[in-house]
Amino acid sequence: MTKINTAWDHVSQNLFKTWVIMFFFSIFAVAVIYAISMGFGRGEIGGLGLTGMALIMAGVMNFVSYFWSDKIVLGISGAKLIEKKDNPEIYRLVENLCIAAGLPLPKIYIINDTATNAFATGRDPKHAAIAFTSGILQKLNKQELEGVVAHELSHVGNRDTLLMSVVSVLVGTIALLSDFFMRSMLFGGRNRESKGNTVMLVVAIAAAILAPIVATLIQLAVSRRRELLADASGVLLTRYPEGLASALLKISADKEPLEVANRGTAHLYICNPLKGQEAKAWLAGLFNTHPPIEVRVKALREMEGLT
Amino acid sequence: MITYIIIGIVVLLAFWLLATYNGLVTLRNRVREAWSQIDVQLKRRSSLIPNLVEAVKGYVKHEKGVLEEVTKARTSLMDAKNPHDAAAADNMLTGALKSLFAVAENYPQLRASENFKALQDELSDTETKVAASRQFYNTNVLDLNNSLETVPSAWIGQMFSFKKEEFFKASEEEKADIKVNF
Repeated sequence: MTKINTAWDHVSQNLFKTWVIMFFFSIFAVAVIYAISMGFGRGEIGGLGLTGMALIMAGVMNFVSYFWSDKIVLGISGAKLIEKKDNPEIYRLVENLCIAAGLPLPKIYIINDTATNAFATGRDPKHAAIAFTSGILQKLNKQELEGVVAHELSHVGNRDTLLMSVVSVLVGTIALLSDFFMRSMLFGGRNRESKGNTVMLVVAIAAAILAPIVATLIQLAVSRRRELLADASGVLLTRYPEGLASALLKISADKEPLEVANRGTAHLYICNPLKGQEAKAWLAGLFNTHPPIEVRVKALREMEGLT
Repeated sequence: MITYIIIGIVVLLAFWLLATYNGLVTLRNRVREAWSQIDVQLKRRSSLIPNLVEAVKGYVKHEKGVLEEVTKARTSLMDAKNPHDAAAADNMLTGALKSLFAVAENYPQLRASENFKALQDELSDTETKVAASRQFYNTNVLDLNNSLETVPSAWIGQMFSFKKEEFFKASEEEKADIKVNF
């Protein structure tokens, strides 16, 4: 295989890997649902009704968070909508990069916090919102900010809110189904008296315990993949990888956590806003929403030969 | 049995042909839309020029030639009908504006004028916007040209005589300009 070195290569590689992960995730979801359904029915598929129920519950919950994603997150983070006259510099910067990306202009918000961070959300490009902390606007220079804005706009252009919602529905379905199953084991289901396949039962119990964890890990792997993808597609917009690389280094060097972020919204930000909680070890690294800064900077510096 | 297989293959082929053809049409329309976006920005840029000339005229007495250059470039930009001419005219305007702003450096009163500063800001922002829309246009041209050069979509392209589009390039002049400046 040839060496991967341009932003184009990084984009196609990350897109490909997303679909590989999604492919195996679908197979995994079907296998888990099958195993647990068999467990309910003791050898015959008996839990499919419950699977439907879990799917609908997870679907409704996630549809709410998908459809009103911008309002919910912006409300939680206390972001304020700005107009051109409030901050012409950042407004123009977003405007110009939107033209280059061919995206409609998103609503621009500022979070009054000295921590350095930014995020983008919204169910589609027409309902997109992009938010900056006042700290990031002060501490980064124009080229670094351009890198950050391009990264955020790439999330919008790549429809990451939609993808992550689909993933959340799958994870939620598996979690709910496992929960139903474990409860029915504890409190006794209607199938208790029927004698069935013990092997199937053991498999189902194992699946119910392990599947939610595995599903969450896959969800985080997708999230990390999309971050790398947004980095690379952002570079295609600015044609200046060093801008984003230097911004990421500055953001990670700043140890101040962002108070308004929490575990639920952390994956949206450009860097993990919950500072000091990023784990370095490989095993713990599986639980991170973002790839380590060193990995991202290294990938960006590989794209250096682009222009 | 064999007839069914043949019918199946023919139907699949027809669907593939339709999808590829529609894909190419979409790409071509995107290029056109991207071009109209450049046009919007170029119009915006040329509409700022008369104000600029008006603001500068009173101060710049000895360098009338610079102003004439700017006006001439603006006229040819307004008259440009295709990407190639527009690119050339736009590059000419960029060069003319550069010399105008260089001349303006010699007039402290002009530099201090709020109106002039605002116009200068607006023009440099428009220049960035022209560059951005140019980039978006080129991305779309790349997509279209890629499809027209890679098989199998290239075959469909030939069949329905789709044409490759031209990139919106910086002129040789502009590239040379940058070297001289350093």
